[in-house]
Amino acid sequence: MRKHIRVTLFLFVVAAFLHESCNKSITEKIESFPALTPAKTDINAGTWKTILLNSPTEYSVIAPIATNTPAYIAEINEIKSFQRNLTDKQKASIKYWSAGAVLRWNEILRELVAIHNLAPYQNEDGTYPAPNAANPFAYPQFPFSNPPYASRSYAYVSAAQYDALVAAWHYKKLYNRSAPYKLDSSINALVPASGLPSYPSEDAVVAGVTVEMLKLLFPGDLAYIQQKAEEHTLYRIMAGANVRSEIEAGEALGKQVAQKFAARGRTDRAGQAIGNATYWKSLEDQTIAKGEACWISLESPKRPPMLPLFCKVKPFLFDSLTVISLRPPPPPSTNSAEFKKETEEVMFYSKNSTRERMRIVHFWADGTGTYSPPGHWNAIAAEEFVNLDYSEVRWARNLALLNMSLMDAGIVCWDAKYFYFNPRPSQTDPNIKTLTGVPNFPAYTSGHSTFSSAAATVLSHILPDKAQQFSDMAEEASMSRLYGAIHYRSDCEAGLASGKKVGAYAVQRALTDGADQ
Amino acid sequence: MFFTVFLIKATAQADMDGIMMTKNNFCTGVMYNYSNWKNYWEGDFKRDNANLGTVSTRMIGLMGNYGITDKLNVLFSIPYVQTKASDGTLKGMKGFQDLSLQVKWMPWETKIGRGDFSIYGVGGVSFPVTNYVADFLPMSIGLHSKNILLRGMVDYQLGKFFVTASGTYVKRSNVTIDRSSYYTTEMHYTNEVKMPDAAEFNFRIGYRSSSLVAELVLDNWTTLGGFDIRKNDMPFLSNKMIATKAGIGVKYTVYKLPGLSLIGGGNYTISGKNVGQSSTIYGGAFYVLDFDKKKKTTDINQK
Repeated sequence: MRKHIRVTLFLFVVAAFLHESCNKSITEKIESFPALTPAKTDINAGTWKTILLNSPTEYSVIAPIATNTPAYIAEINEIKSFQRNLTDKQKASIKYWSAGAVLRWNEILRELVAIHNLAPYQNEDGTYPAPNAANPFAYPQFPFSNPPYASRSYAYVSAAQYDALVAAWHYKKLYNRSAPYKLDSSINALVPASGLPSYPSEDAVVAGVTVEMLKLLFPGDLAYIQQKAEEHTLYRIMAGANVRSEIEAGEALGKQVAQKFAARGRTDRAGQAIGNATYWKSLEDQTIAKGEACWISLESPKRPPMLPLFCKVKPFLFDSLTVISLRPPPPPSTNSAEFKKETEEVMFYSKNSTRERMRIVHFWADGTGTYSPPGHWNAIAAEEFVNLDYSEVRWARNLALLNMSLMDAGIVCWDAKYFYFNPRPSQTDPNIKTLTGVPNFPAYTSGHSTFSSAAATVLSHILPDKAQQFSDMAEEASMSRLYGAIHYRSDCEAGLASGKKVGAYAVQRALTDGADQ
Repeated sequence: MFFTVFLIKATAQADMDGIMMTKNNFCTGVMYNYSNWKNYWEGDFKRDNANLGTVSTRMIGLMGNYGITDKLNVLFSIPYVQTKASDGTLKGMKGFQDLSLQVKWMPWETKIGRGDFSIYGVGGVSFPVTNYVADFLPMSIGLHSKNILLRGMVDYQLGKFFVTASGTYVKRSNVTIDRSSYYTTEMHYTNEVKMPDAAEFNFRIGYRSSSLVAELVLDNWTTLGGFDIRKNDMPFLSNKMIATKAGIGVKYTVYKLPGLSLIGGGNYTISGKNVGQSSTIYGGAFYVLDFDKKKKTTDINQK
């Protein structure tokens, strides 16, 4: 009898496990995002303040053909021929893209960052190869999208999308062309119907501008990017939302606007951010001359510091002199009692990790092979924005504010890191073991703290009801670096403070860009 | 994974040998297992890593095997695991890992020629007993999936010589990690990780008497899916992990104290993918308690 009870019990346990082990399907957050249904068309967005464009009419868009011409009717027939026979794959494509053009391209960009966020493997002689933009396929593939590179990528893509959409909105209002599903009742609107004029196509503007920007930022991934762009623009036709000439006009406008941003990107000094051996040495010498311990790479073989001249990259929200004026006061001297005390605090967190602190460390780590801390804040923002029924141009505006602040936060943070060039806790005390990888650049200030505080400041302005939540998240992201035993407390606190200052510039812009008037 | 998955196999070998506990006997003991690797494979690319040096894993496991009948045994094991990297800054982890419960059944036994041929079926589950961090490879102490395994095994003994072969299917549950997204070969926006199932083949050959077992062991673990670690990326839970190991094992039953047996052995990873090239040694002591008042002695090697 007892044997039967044991066996029955065992079978129950097995059944419970079978249920759990066999049920493997996972629904990812981004699959369940609803179709974009803007609450407002933002029809006057053509008057919003642009970032690089001198005016929304800097690039012209010719008037659309009349809707009673044979050419237009042929385009309407193209939609009908698709809609007669939509495959499941095409329907899935419509469902995917209908969540929004800016959102989906932001996700694609996050993926590209994650793909390329791998530090190069060393050469035989212990030196490290650098990626080469002219030959993106050779190892190490171009780019190495580390946090500064990532922040700049997000900023350029978002800013260019925003300017291109402001221009598009100008022409939409000017030409006031109705959507195909409004002009022909036999066309099904497979996306939520909108009163927004459909010429030029806002989706095509986003696809056009983004593809051009990504040619610059991720030149080795063009096949994948082009395939996405083709799916994207075709979806608008299949969904009855645009005719082909609206797509073509939108793509052309987007590409032209991108040229202006790409030209800026080629001359913003990011290409020289890696520095050279002489410069790396000078950083050491000037720190030693000040009587401070200087940063030494903790990697083996020793890796040159990550993008020491990223601080010279041209910011979006202010000029390069402002970068210097935003430089935080010095960290505690490496010879001071305070520094010793801070090092001991790091050791405490190294030795006394709790499961909750480890969760925090790993939740915010965003290290190797991830979309980086700026990408994490894009994901956080996107998950908020999907519930808010923004127009595409407002999506782009809010992400541009966020991403310009993230890039500029990166510049300000990198300025502090290389101006003070101070060591990581594990360099100061080699007995400090870390709960995540030690990034290969100086400690003061914490990049996570600066990025997170800037992002939280911008998002709190956009969504004031959630201000406390964003601020708590930034605080947690910041402390995650102390809990992980890779930063001193003063790195985190100073990072939060300067991130907030950078975020304030984006807020100032938001107050005057015309979007909330 | 890098090593931990195999640890349990190396230790709880009672689930992979052609030996049954006698009815109402309970064999229990403690195993110590030390494993380390310096080289590992990122996909097919074999490398070392000066930022890790040698990664070692120590494990102490408590395990037991109870004979419900001569042909039906239940087994358990619970390891405490500790990891350490000799170089670099990454902190080692430690803690209780996964409890494993198995039923071993010998439904059929016959004479073939002058030898004994027997067939076994093993079914079991394993699940984490603590909330350890899995997503911190190679320092994690385990993968944190709940598993079901089903194993078919055959054994042939001719005189004092034997061969045993088994094949195992391991069904693994999804694992929840602390991150909200991760990249495999595409981006995932979830904290759940789909773990590929795994297959394991084990072949043993050697000498087996009532007082001594000495064997050569060949083992292959292959995940049925998963992806390669990219160059200079961190390993991940759902990597495609393959390891082929060769090893030896010895079990000695103390003549003057027939309830006591000592075991020891080791193995070496001869090829692999996305795992460390580990070397392992282990040793342990087991004692058989006889709960059957009618019998006086116990011989754990008596089939």
